[in-house]
Amino acid sequence: MTHIYSTAAQMSAALAAKEVSSVDLTKEHLARIAQVDTDVHAFLYVDKEGALAQAEAADKLRAAGGAISPLAGVPLALKDVLAQKGIPTTCGSKMLENWRPPYDSTVVTKLKAAGVVILGKTNMDEFAMGSSTENSAYGPTHNPWDLDRIPGGSGGGSAAALAAFEAPLAIGTDTGGSIRQPAAVTGTVGVKPTYGGVSRYGLVAFSSSLDQAGPCARTVLDTALLHEVIAGYDERDSTSINQAVPDVVAAAKRQEVKGMKIGVVKELGGDGFQAGVSQRFQEALEILVANGAEIVEVSCPNFEYALAAYYLIAPSEASSNLARFDSMRYGIRVGDDGTVGAEEVMRATRHLGFGPEVKRRIILGTYALSSGYYDAYYGSAQKVRTLIKRDYEKAFESVDVLVSPTCPTTAFKIGEKSDDPLAMYLNDIATIPVNMAGIGGMSLPCGLAPEDNLPVGFQIMSPVMQDDRMYRVGGTLEAALVSKWGQPLLSAETKLAVK
Amino acid sequence: MSMNYDAAVAAYEPTLGLEVHVELNTKSKMFCSCSTEFGAEPNTQTCPVCLGLPGSLPVVNGKAIESSILIGLALNCSIAPFSRFARKNYFYPDMPKNFQTSQYDEPICVDGYLDVEIETDEGPKKFRVEIERVHMEEDTGKSLHVGGSTGRIHGAEYSLLDYNRAGIPLVEIVTRIVPGTGKYAPQVARAYVTELRDILRSLGVSDVKMEQGSLRCDANVSIAPIGSGKLGTRSETKNVNSLRSVERAVSGEIERQANRLESGERIIQETRHFLEESGQTRPGRSKETAEDYRYFPEPDLVPVTPDADWIEELRKRIPEKPSIRRKRLQEEWNVPAKEMESMVNAELLDVVEETVKLGSDATRARSWWLGEVSRLANEKEVAPTSLITAAQVAEVIALIAGGELTDKLARQVVEGVINGEGTPREVIDKRGLKVVSDDSALMVAIEAAIAAQPDTAERIRGGNIPAAGALIGAVMKATGGQADAAKVRELLLKHLGQG
Amino acid sequence: MAAISRDDVAHLARLSRIEMSDAELDHMASELGVILGAVARVQEVATDDIPPTSHAIPLHNVFREDVVKPSLTPEESLSGAPATDGPRFKVPQILGEAE
Repeated sequence: MTHIYSTAAQMSAALAAKEVSSVDLTKEHLARIAQVDTDVHAFLYVDKEGALAQAEAADKLRAAGGAISPLAGVPLALKDVLAQKGIPTTCGSKMLENWRPPYDSTVVTKLKAAGVVILGKTNMDEFAMGSSTENSAYGPTHNPWDLDRIPGGSGGGSAAALAAFEAPLAIGTDTGGSIRQPAAVTGTVGVKPTYGGVSRYGLVAFSSSLDQAGPCARTVLDTALLHEVIAGYDERDSTSINQAVPDVVAAAKRQEVKGMKIGVVKELGGDGFQAGVSQRFQEALEILVANGAEIVEVSCPNFEYALAAYYLIAPSEASSNLARFDSMRYGIRVGDDGTVGAEEVMRATRHLGFGPEVKRRIILGTYALSSGYYDAYYGSAQKVRTLIKRDYEKAFESVDVLVSPTCPTTAFKIGEKSDDPLAMYLNDIATIPVNMAGIGGMSLPCGLAPEDNLPVGFQIMSPVMQDDRMYRVGGTLEAALVSKWGQPLLSAETKLAVK
Repeated sequence: MSMNYDAAVAAYEPTLGLEVHVELNTKSKMFCSCSTEFGAEPNTQTCPVCLGLPGSLPVVNGKAIESSILIGLALNCSIAPFSRFARKNYFYPDMPKNFQTSQYDEPICVDGYLDVEIETDEGPKKFRVEIERVHMEEDTGKSLHVGGSTGRIHGAEYSLLDYNRAGIPLVEIVTRIVPGTGKYAPQVARAYVTELRDILRSLGVSDVKMEQGSLRCDANVSIAPIGSGKLGTRSETKNVNSLRSVERAVSGEIERQANRLESGERIIQETRHFLEESGQTRPGRSKETAEDYRYFPEPDLVPVTPDADWIEELRKRIPEKPSIRRKRLQEEWNVPAKEMESMVNAELLDVVEETVKLGSDATRARSWWLGEVSRLANEKEVAPTSLITAAQVAEVIALIAGGELTDKLARQVVEGVINGEGTPREVIDKRGLKVVSDDSALMVAIEAAIAAQPDTAERIRGGNIPAAGALIGAVMKATGGQADAAKVRELLLKHLGQG
Repeated sequence: MAAISRDDVAHLARLSRIEMSDAELDHMASELGVILGAVARVQEVATDDIPPTSHAIPLHNVFREDVVKPSLTPEESLSGAPATDGPRFKVPQILGEAE
């Protein structure tokens, strides 16, 4: 009997009961990857040997009766934006083809310490810039629900790996929705923790003030278990919060929301949202009411400026963060024929090494930071950020969490929006405000849209360092939905495009 | 040139501005824990942070902040209650991130001054140099240019990079323009840098070695016709690597600019390089347009907000201003100015003062440190203070004063201490170096003799005076027959209560 | 819509060290014009009385102790380099001068 359709919590229990070894569990997943990943293309690199070695080590530790963390021996897929020592880390860019970092990111250090088995690196939009994983230099990832459709982005590889049962756990990073939007369109769960809740050390920066690594899985509890492993203060990250991590696992198990006040953000819904998305969102609200929560409508008037501010702040920071890719110390080098200078080689390398979206954002960011334009663009965007923070602060005075649909639509077709950057950017309209304010955000599946039978995401937002609240609401909603459906959205019975 | 310096300053009023970069002497770098030690093998003091590897993050060295505040306080600055790092974006291969993390519009210290005194035709005159700001930044790596015929940058076929220096903390001290120096601009510039160097040394925050580059000066010079009330276009002269060069660079620039104006040419705002051999400057890179650095607040670092208690705590550590201290010590010790300068230049003022504080005569302390100790240090090519302590020198001087050692014997004692033979006392004992006519020196030998023959001593105490012969003989033997036997007898009997 | 010329983009491409063909410059100029037109909306609400937010979470005074910790080995430091010469990174000739 295969274990790949189990949850991470079930795998953990099976490992603890010695019903299965980590090596066998890992082999089952490697076999699944070999079986389906030619179609899905969730992985950029599969570290077969490394994974089996980690699995063996976890088995030995368990056999020796040593203290062992709940996720020890459970396999995981790692987004290719996180440094893992000696393992290719490309960020989906040609620029870093074959770059193997000489160090581990803090997230990887924590995963290794917990005995989690890292299967390999997952596909992503180049340097996390995109909402479809079409911007990967190594080709797009396909949505397991419909291979002609996008799996979301930038973390499409991580989400697709979960949906295709190639891994029960994955790490994503979220700058404007790159964990939550892929989770929404693949019917999986993704959490962007409070900014500073998980160390960014070793996360290749896209937009430093917005980037946040987070856990992805097929259930709220699995996500919480992984959250617990990777979260916590890190002295290598100056923006890391030196406080105890909220007990997200207990919150995920709590299964009740009696008396909680849940705010529906008026501006994150309605016009521009697909009918089936709105319908499933409303039904989820009714379930929460039936479970004793109070629903109120909340207005956050400045959210309508969030997208514009985001597309100034993120490219500005990116233009600076990506300056280091100049072919001098690592990465590819182009045009060094011995006759031209370093500057010309840098220009040729960056011309060839970066894809169109990355170049677009570097140029946009360079413009927004230029003298003479700084105040009008970057400076104004930072002020909008203040306004969005204030909107949240005001809203959280009267409600415990805020909710909205995660995305305006279900998964769109590959190629459908690749020529229209603005249309593509609109995908992130409901996820971006969370990053602007540094608060926590979760997406979990709330059903399939009736018109296209594709997953719809339900977003829960919680105040800074109150991440447990979204787990409490998410866990409750998930349990109610699964009992209503009779089975999880994603299970062995789910009719996916990949078999 | 048609116009010499005297003619230039007869017609034109110079205006001066100085930017001094100081490498702090912290053990670790500004934003990572790599060593800052000078002279290590290339790239042995590098890590993901100072190499700018993807994913790495900076964390501020608290000691560097402390040193910067100390510098600000010593220069009579206000310490900013809120200061921040920014990114200064420009591409250069010896700068790993292609931005320099630096303070921009929110520096840590502002609005200070430093008074300097120079000799003028009318006697000593004081000038106040106003400090605009003191801010922190990081140093770059070092490039080595290989292949070209001249060894200069142009014509090199390739370049080699060593990042050991990258990320070493730098403090930049920027003056406001110094008006009204007239023809004394070069002397004021030199006096300022000298005074600044001495202050930094007294604070113990930097090695301040201009020849090693731990203190670097850029001189901004402009001139305008006397009485015009205008400011001319300035040039910025870099590569000024000694105090003498500061003076020469300023006078050379005044002369060059005057000649340009005399021949009807404009002064171009540019960076120039000082040439040590000729005392001239040559033009640096000419820029078509002013560089656009696209500064913005560093998102990876958080603001520095020193509280008042910390600042007051640091204020207590500011030592007496070196120039005032020198004047005071010169008076107290009654030494000629030239001798004073020798001590300062040899960096021996502190240790001489310490020696004097331990009771030594100032003249003797000075002559031991500048003389014998320095001579031995020169032989060994080390710093005098690394050979022997102030306490040991003070002990030797006391022994001379007490008549126990002659100068000649004392030199042997010092040599012995330096050779690791122990304390001065131990060296004296081991080498048997004593002027034995001295009472206290003889007493040591007498006590030794008593200790060796306690029974004999007891008999003498009991009134058996003739028994003293055995002990006197022993003392005479111990002193190599150099002692006065009658004196030995007198002291011995007195010591044993028979005197 | 904010007007942005091909020369503007060429200047930005120079600043950001990205080589671009004339066709790319033209394409980028038109795209950038559209995007800037959309993002310029931030100016509608960004009034003088609103302070900018650079960090979502207001932390301050995060310092490290001045303690030396092991560096990478030179082999590790140089491991990703496109070219090396002994213990140094080898790069094409550097023209011009540092700041």
